[in-house]
Amino acid sequence: MITYSATDHFILLPALLLGMFGIAVLLLDFLFPKDIKGRGWLVGIAISGLVFAGWQLWEQHRYLAEHGMTPLTGFNGALVLDNFAIFFNGIVLVSAALVMLISYRYLENEHEHHAEYYALVLFATFGAFFIITGVDMVTIFIGLETMAVSFYVLVGFLRGDKRSNEAAMKYLLLGGFSTGLLIYGFSIFYGLTGSTTLIALASVVPARGPHDPLLYLGIVTTLAGLLFKIGAAPFHMWAPDTYEGAPTTVTAFLAVASKTASFALLLRVLAVGLSGARPQWEPLLTGAAVLSLTIGNLAAITQSNVKRMLAYSSIAHAGYLLLGVVAGNDTGLIGVAIYLLTYAFMTIGAFLVLVALRRKGAAVETIDDLAALSRRYPSYALLMLVFLLSLAGIPPTAGFIGKYYIFLALVESGKYGLAILGALYVAVSLYYYFRLVRSMFFVESTEAQVLAPSNGVRLALAITGMATVAMGVLPEPFIRMAAASLGR
Amino acid sequence: MITINHYLAVSATLLLIGTLGVLTRRNIVVILMSIELILNAVNVNLIAFSKYHNQVTGQVFAIFVIAVAVAEAAVGLGVLIALFRNKGSVQADEVDLLKW
Repeated sequence: MITYSATDHFILLPALLLGMFGIAVLLLDFLFPKDIKGRGWLVGIAISGLVFAGWQLWEQHRYLAEHGMTPLTGFNGALVLDNFAIFFNGIVLVSAALVMLISYRYLENEHEHHAEYYALVLFATFGAFFIITGVDMVTIFIGLETMAVSFYVLVGFLRGDKRSNEAAMKYLLLGGFSTGLLIYGFSIFYGLTGSTTLIALASVVPARGPHDPLLYLGIVTTLAGLLFKIGAAPFHMWAPDTYEGAPTTVTAFLAVASKTASFALLLRVLAVGLSGARPQWEPLLTGAAVLSLTIGNLAAITQSNVKRMLAYSSIAHAGYLLLGVVAGNDTGLIGVAIYLLTYAFMTIGAFLVLVALRRKGAAVETIDDLAALSRRYPSYALLMLVFLLSLAGIPPTAGFIGKYYIFLALVESGKYGLAILGALYVAVSLYYYFRLVRSMFFVESTEAQVLAPSNGVRLALAITGMATVAMGVLPEPFIRMAAASLGR
Repeated sequence: MITINHYLAVSATLLLIGTLGVLTRRNIVVILMSIELILNAVNVNLIAFSKYHNQVTGQVFAIFVIAVAVAEAAVGLGVLIALFRNKGSVQADEVDLLKW
């Protein structure tokens, strides 16, 4: 018997709002004539959708807090509402809102201002909700594809731009391939358990021996798909091209929302479904982490395009995050959660500065474009410096606490080699982040006029800048939030 | 007697052919077809397991996979057309504005 209870509705409400507002944006754009000046109000509707969804998320959090943090399950165990889901959904919602704020002017400058953009951002957030909240493989798969297909279109949103087309094509081909691998793993898990829930999988895994070939095939294909989604080596090839070619606002959203949602999924699959198969997946994950750190940090050194450099640095960040999972203790998982929270603000912030510096006729993308920024626009240079310090993990910025927790976890679990390797690569990353700083502060350049930034960009820059500093100076409340999200 | 293992072998073969296709073919349309092949390997798996477990869940899952594959192919071909208009080619190795 299929029913739709009040609990189901309560769990689903944020996603329902996102989906309805997304459809509303499309319909309103269709109903009203195209020549209504600016159509800025569509942005307003899209942002209010995010605000309503965030409000519902807050209500869910309050409900859980009043009921002793017992998770709610809905839809016959397909969705689980717990603090974990609320925390990661919160990150995705905030990043979507920040991206909405900066997109309006950006798209107008590119002459591609269409309502579909806002609808697609909402749909991607909608998909992320199901990835994060779902514990049933069918639900997860649908959520993953809703998000991925929205992102394929968003990446190729600048239809007339060859580089945007190319980025979308590469992302789609490799994304489709990785989804195929992931779902192949899921189909094998279904075969092993006869059920599509991750909890059922957890109960079957210990019964299959450590050398069960079918289970191993399932783990390998699932991991390959997941590693692709989080942009970790050896499945990182799409990231630099896609980050470089996509519209900068989409790059920021892709870097944060897609990675956060996919990492939440990775944690759920490994910690809930496959916790009994740790000996099988831990070496694979360790290898991927070390490879990501190496490729990400070393390849970033030679890049001249800032977006591409940030793409390689995001591969390296995926490596640090994986190390947190490999450590396998509570500290590591808290480290992953807090890392993702700080990563959201500093990454969006760094891309934001690039959006804000857009000049007439050309985007700011290469390191040389940023030359002498400190003299031309000291406030932007200072903000960029904060974000770069944070990305490198220098105290007192936000990036430090995430790395601190992950290294602490590695030391606690006795994996000293990995901790030392990670620390060494932080030193390497300083080199390429400071190449940018050097260009901004110590290189002379000809004057180039920057278009006046919109209020949305100013607001978003203020939020990300303050958050990055605040989390670094006063980390306790954020750490408590991250710990609570894991029920610790 | 055809057992579950036969179906798994077929599906594994399809997965292998699809993977090789994605990695080696130059024409983007053929790469898209190879991805479809991988998704069909999944469908064979799901339906074989569904029969094996004597339940309908796997078949429902397969229908979802088919629906999603269609959506993905639609977007894929849309992007490909945009790319073809701007570049005049559907060969993967001629798509090289961004370094691979």
